[in-house]
Amino acid sequence: MYNKKTIIPGLIIFVLFVTFPVWFNGLDAGPVPKPEMPQGGQKECVLPADEMRASHMQLLNEWRDDVLRDGGRDVVTVAGKEYRKGLQMACMECHTSQEKFCDTCHIYASVKPYCWDCHITPEAATKKKETR
Amino acid sequence: MDNQRRKFLKIAGASALAGIGAPTLVKLTAGDALAAAKAPADGHGAAAKDHGPEVPAGIRLAMVIDMRVIAAKPHLLDKAITACNEVHNIPDFGGDRKNEIKWLWKASFEAVLTDKSYTRLSKMVQNTDFPVLCNHCENPPCVRACPTKATFKLEKNGIVAMDYHRCIGCRFCMAACPYGARSFNWQDPRPFVKKYNNDFPTRMRGVVEKCNFCSERLALGQEPACVEACEGAITFGDINDPHSEISKVLDKEFTIQRKPTLGTNPSVFYIV
Amino acid sequence: MIEKTLKGKPAYWIWLAFLGMFMAVGAVCYARQYLFGLGMTGMSRDVSWGLYISQFTFLVGVAAGGVMLVLPYYIHNFKVFGRITILGEFLAIAAIVMCLLFIMADLGQPLRALNVVLHPTPNSMLFYDMIVLNGYLFLNILCGWVILTAERKQVKPPKWIYFFVYLSIPFAVSIHTVTAMLYCGLPGRHFWLSAIIAPRFLASAFAAGPALIVLISLILKRVANFDAGKEAVNKLVTIMIYSAMLNLFFIGLEFFVGYYSGVPGHKHALQYLFFGLEHHGHVYNNLVPFMWTSIIFMIGSIAMLATPAIRKGNEFILGLACLMLFTGLWIDKGLGFVFAGFIPNPLHEITEYIPTANELGVTIGIWATGFFILTLLYKIAVSVEHEIEE
Repeated sequence: MYNKKTIIPGLIIFVLFVTFPVWFNGLDAGPVPKPEMPQGGQKECVLPADEMRASHMQLLNEWRDDVLRDGGRDVVTVAGKEYRKGLQMACMECHTSQEKFCDTCHIYASVKPYCWDCHITPEAATKKKETR
Repeated sequence: MDNQRRKFLKIAGASALAGIGAPTLVKLTAGDALAAAKAPADGHGAAAKDHGPEVPAGIRLAMVIDMRVIAAKPHLLDKAITACNEVHNIPDFGGDRKNEIKWLWKASFEAVLTDKSYTRLSKMVQNTDFPVLCNHCENPPCVRACPTKATFKLEKNGIVAMDYHRCIGCRFCMAACPYGARSFNWQDPRPFVKKYNNDFPTRMRGVVEKCNFCSERLALGQEPACVEACEGAITFGDINDPHSEISKVLDKEFTIQRKPTLGTNPSVFYIV
Repeated sequence: MIEKTLKGKPAYWIWLAFLGMFMAVGAVCYARQYLFGLGMTGMSRDVSWGLYISQFTFLVGVAAGGVMLVLPYYIHNFKVFGRITILGEFLAIAAIVMCLLFIMADLGQPLRALNVVLHPTPNSMLFYDMIVLNGYLFLNILCGWVILTAERKQVKPPKWIYFFVYLSIPFAVSIHTVTAMLYCGLPGRHFWLSAIIAPRFLASAFAAGPALIVLISLILKRVANFDAGKEAVNKLVTIMIYSAMLNLFFIGLEFFVGYYSGVPGHKHALQYLFFGLEHHGHVYNNLVPFMWTSIIFMIGSIAMLATPAIRKGNEFILGLACLMLFTGLWIDKGLGFVFAGFIPNPLHEITEYIPTANELGVTIGIWATGFFILTLLYKIAVSVEHEIEE
């Protein structure tokens, strides 16, 4: 191998640079977020909690395509309880707070979904009323 | 060394290209396969097609606007427009022509029915504002133009719908629409929405929007907001059903559509 | 070969820095637009496409114009173009990059641009435009690079490359045809709804592309000691004259159809462009001076190009004529054609379009980016030529 003197230090600097967030935080991922559960105390949702945690975004996309494209606005029935398909008009009826529920994990995982650019959260709705 | 690196780069480049291209090919071919798989199941529709276009298949939602009623009670149109704006969280830019978002609005006869002869217009027509909205064409040019299927025709009921999640904001549909029915969000519309209707989203900046024939209300068994607001001036229903109210109105009255020569076959009819 | 771009005279670096300055301005303007939305532009509900799409349309033509060098050289074995064919191919690369940047600048949701690939829609002309533009870009990079490499090594280019060279010829025609189809397939936009749009686009492209190449080769002769050759330039001038005349002929035909038939829809946009359109007592005529300048420039440059002075090698007149022709065609297609399509709107109302300063900043930034890329590519091409001569 030629140019050993520059390549190896260069590689080391590169590896250190890309792993910056890991070692800068002392190999600690920080406290795991605890999203606030619905006030009503319901334990069940359309899917078990861990499945929801892992794949709620796929489910929301599926619902979106069902409702908008295939006209499938019918409700989802799980364990005898009916749920509408929708973020603003279903999920957020129980999980009323974007800040205390959705954002806790999204901020932790550094994802910025654009859901609330259009969908109105109960918080946004009350804020609009107050400002007027 | 050098040679190997070149080779590696070439292979890497070719694989990257193939990687980008593959999903497109898969999607395109999968779409056909799906359509083929679905066709036999939908035997009824296929049979109807064999007999030519005389037998309309499925539901086609449409609207008949009776201008005689609106001419007598012009406030009904204002009520309908307000209802539409409130239900759909439509921003109000205070008459700013650049930014305005319009789903249902009013314009003069000459503006709405541009290809009708108007050497001399009756007083009623001259003094009455006509409602304008998306025509939910049977053969919509906007759907043809859209490069992402963000606007599409619902096969179930003939409504030309929008998916705001998918729209890239290229505005090809706005150029394609011969009725000026589409509006673009040149900026974030939220600060200009007076009051939120919590049962409907707003839009984000950078997407095109238009009338959706109140799909969300139809799903709940309600009439479109404008139809409900204007007390019988508008009849709404399935024109493919010969026994529907709208079919009876169309059978009885002489109606006109906007720009019929363009072959779009609008689903909004006017009785003048 | 990329290393050739890293060595140059001070003038070369000053020129790149000059372009870099405009690129920075463009980047800042685009950042503003990205954060606020397309409301930073002068576009409106009625005129929903503006400077970005019109520049895109014009530049597709410039890219396609490169084929006027490739075709005679490779198909008709016209050896005189040997030295400058690479200029045509590299111009196409820079022009297509500008086209793609203009499209990105025009999107309301640029981060979703890949939806065109993720949700392919074969009924949309934009889908095909995406394919042919990227295909033509790829072909020009491939052919230009392989042939230049071979030239540098003073060997014959590999045989397989000729397949791609020949393929690039129908692609050049297709990029501008498909771009025309974006417009001419739209019902209700009478000005665009004309079967002559694609041939008209091609005619103006085959004039604008070579005009820019001649202009650049005059500059290269002075600053880079690169001579395209008198015979090559004269042949390009002939191509330009015929193409520009065809373009004028097509415009004339549009006038005939509009004014002789008397169909209002066919007349309105032409009336707006050249004479001003009256609506509710107000005459809308923002573009009238531009359009007449365009006509005068086109006719004037054709007359100048046809004079014997050109054939005798009067470079000042040649340069001026090429500049006039390019500008005239730019106004015709890069301004008037797109803007007038929206006038009047589908409800026969008139909204005029005036670009904002921010929009102009983005536009100039993208043009500067294109010329930046062009400079680097031409630096490579010219350096290789010099290397061979040594």
